[in-house]
Amino acid sequence: MSSLFSQEVPISWYLLLSAVLFSLGVVGFLIKRNLITVFMSIELMLNAVNLSFVTFAHQRHAVKGQIFVFFVMMVAAAEAAVGLAIIIAIFRARATLAVDRIDLMKL
Amino acid sequence: MNGPLYIWLIPLLPFAGFLLNGILGSRLPKWLVTTIALLAPLAAFGLVLRAALSVFAIGGFAPSSLPYVETCPIPWINAGMLHIDFSFVLDQLSLVMLLVITGVGFLIHIYSVGYMAHDEGYARYFSYLNLFLFFMTVLVLAGNALVMFVGWEGVGLASYLLIGFWFQKTTAAEAGKKAFIVNRIGDFGFLIGMFLLLANFGTLTFSEIAIKLGQDPGWQGGVVTVIALCLLLGATGKSAQLPLYIWLPDAMEGPTPVSALIHAATMVTAGVYMIARNHVLFDHSPFALGVVAIVGAATALFAATIGLVQNDIKRVLAYSTISQLGYMFLGCGVAAYSAAIFHLMTHAFFKALLFLAAGSVIHAIGGEQDLRKMGGLRKKLPVTFWTMTAAVLAIAGFFPFAGFFSKDAILYAAFLQGPGGMALWFVGLVTALLTAFYMFRLWYLTFMGEARSPEIHPHESPWSMLGPLVILALLSIGGGWIGIERFAAFLAPSTGARAADSTIPHLELMLSGAAVAVALIGWFIADLLYRQKPAQPAQVAAALPVPYKLLANKYYVDEFYGATVVKPLLGFSKYVLGWVVDAGLLGGLAWLLGGIATFAGALLQRWQSGNLRSYAAWLAAGAAALLLFMLVPWNAVWPASLQLILKVAGH
Repeated sequence: MSSLFSQEVPISWYLLLSAVLFSLGVVGFLIKRNLITVFMSIELMLNAVNLSFVTFAHQRHAVKGQIFVFFVMMVAAAEAAVGLAIIIAIFRARATLAVDRIDLMKL
Repeated sequence: MNGPLYIWLIPLLPFAGFLLNGILGSRLPKWLVTTIALLAPLAAFGLVLRAALSVFAIGGFAPSSLPYVETCPIPWINAGMLHIDFSFVLDQLSLVMLLVITGVGFLIHIYSVGYMAHDEGYARYFSYLNLFLFFMTVLVLAGNALVMFVGWEGVGLASYLLIGFWFQKTTAAEAGKKAFIVNRIGDFGFLIGMFLLLANFGTLTFSEIAIKLGQDPGWQGGVVTVIALCLLLGATGKSAQLPLYIWLPDAMEGPTPVSALIHAATMVTAGVYMIARNHVLFDHSPFALGVVAIVGAATALFAATIGLVQNDIKRVLAYSTISQLGYMFLGCGVAAYSAAIFHLMTHAFFKALLFLAAGSVIHAIGGEQDLRKMGGLRKKLPVTFWTMTAAVLAIAGFFPFAGFFSKDAILYAAFLQGPGGMALWFVGLVTALLTAFYMFRLWYLTFMGEARSPEIHPHESPWSMLGPLVILALLSIGGGWIGIERFAAFLAPSTGARAADSTIPHLELMLSGAAVAVALIGWFIADLLYRQKPAQPAQVAAALPVPYKLLANKYYVDEFYGATVVKPLLGFSKYVLGWVVDAGLLGGLAWLLGGIATFAGALLQRWQSGNLRSYAAWLAAGAAALLLFMLVPWNAVWPASLQLILKVAGH
């Protein structure tokens, strides 16, 4: 038992997890209709990328990757603030959050 | 040693006047416009006079020797072998021309102040007039053919602007266009001539061409003839000779002072000047000279016959101008260049006077130009009457008026040229008869007899108009007294020496006598028809219906050109160029390109669905494709997959 915990988790597991999370994010982004869920999928993808950043930073003993994660988090926080404000504005204007019906931009 | 004569200022001052009046004229007070417009040509005339005085070493000016050259320090065209400077040359020929242009030009500017006083486009008129003086002086001062061409085109532009000065009138606008387009044909000849000069002599500078022609006796006929004929085509366009004379009668739509300055005294003589300037070329081609002489004599007679029956006072004068220009060409054609320039000078005096006097008459009776409605104006317009009388006597060639001396010099030179020359002399003599007839016809119809339109109340013109008339009348009387011998001796360095006098004693005197006698006959016939028996002209016209109709319709030349040149050209332009090339080829190409863009847009439009998820799907697909491209080792995969595809296809 002790051997199980004393051993480090292999890098590939982290990366695999990151890939799974990213794919979940992509799929959620593509198939979900609710704008808030779509938004959450984006956050999921960002965090999957963050995970792979941290993994590589740990493997290579490079602190830059970890610093980059903080940048991504900060941008994600700002994006969440702005994005949620936009979503509220859209909901007030159109009384719906279904992505398919917010299509005024088409030609 | 030459002191500077500042001849580059002679064109530049009128140009400054053009810019000032052209840009600011409509905002300036009228007296200032007048001052600018008059000062520019006056200053130019002053400079010319100063140059003349220093040439003759009169009045304490440093004596100058001719030719005197001023070249723009910045090279104009410098391309490979080609080197052309913007150079001005003052020699005897250009000095005479400049004196006439700026002198007569200034007088006509003064006249215009009175004539155009109530016109809305007062400032515009004077800016154009100054522009004309600028280009005309450039033309005359040019040291090479290209600078001359700049002036040549420029005076054409000024002429166009001034003929169409009253552009609200359709006829005036049309006349302007006609003059411009007909002149293009002539300019085409001038251009080809210049190219040939460049190709054969490698230079356009007149003096260098003359030197090269003089060095090699092999230059005779051949290409020189072609060049000379091309230049002649240019000259016939500008100087309204056969076959390109048709624009000048229509040009009478412009204001009368313009007709006097541009279409009588100066611009139309540019062709004569150009031939005299290039006389070395013509001297090396007897054939081209013969053509010049025949064109001149034919035009003189042709235009004079049309002038016999015209009823518009300005049109009579226009045909008379064409006819007199024909005399000058005749003079050039018999290599009597100095006589041609002499006639050019005296003609500038008396024809400008005739036009200005006609303008004064038209002004006095409220814009009427029809001779048949005038009459009896002698007592109402005394100054106009007496000055016009001087001009009529001058153009008819009576001793001692100016026209007598110059016309006889040309006819005498023609007579000396053997049997062909005698034929030309005879044509000239007949023309002199016709000239005397139609000028006295005009004179009788305008001033003599009783007023034919009682509702007209004529008034004499203001002194700003009469002053130039009086000065020009004095010049028309005394302008010829200088005599052809002295004149030709002065011009000899520029135009070559005058031919030796005939060995037959008193030949010149006899020929002069014949010319005056013929002029008297012309006067007598006019007197008979228009004073003694005023009903007679109509009877004569009725008795000879065919010739009369032919003349009254100007030999149907306009109609002929319309049917043979204008109509086919218009048809070609409309159907071939307009429909096939423009609408078909170019339009089709444009439609094709537009169609491709529209079609591609319609296809690509489907992508822009506005659906966020479809965009996301494309994004994901793109990312996946990139990933695939990056990760798969294509070099290894390609052959294998290709084999797979081939295998599948094979089975």
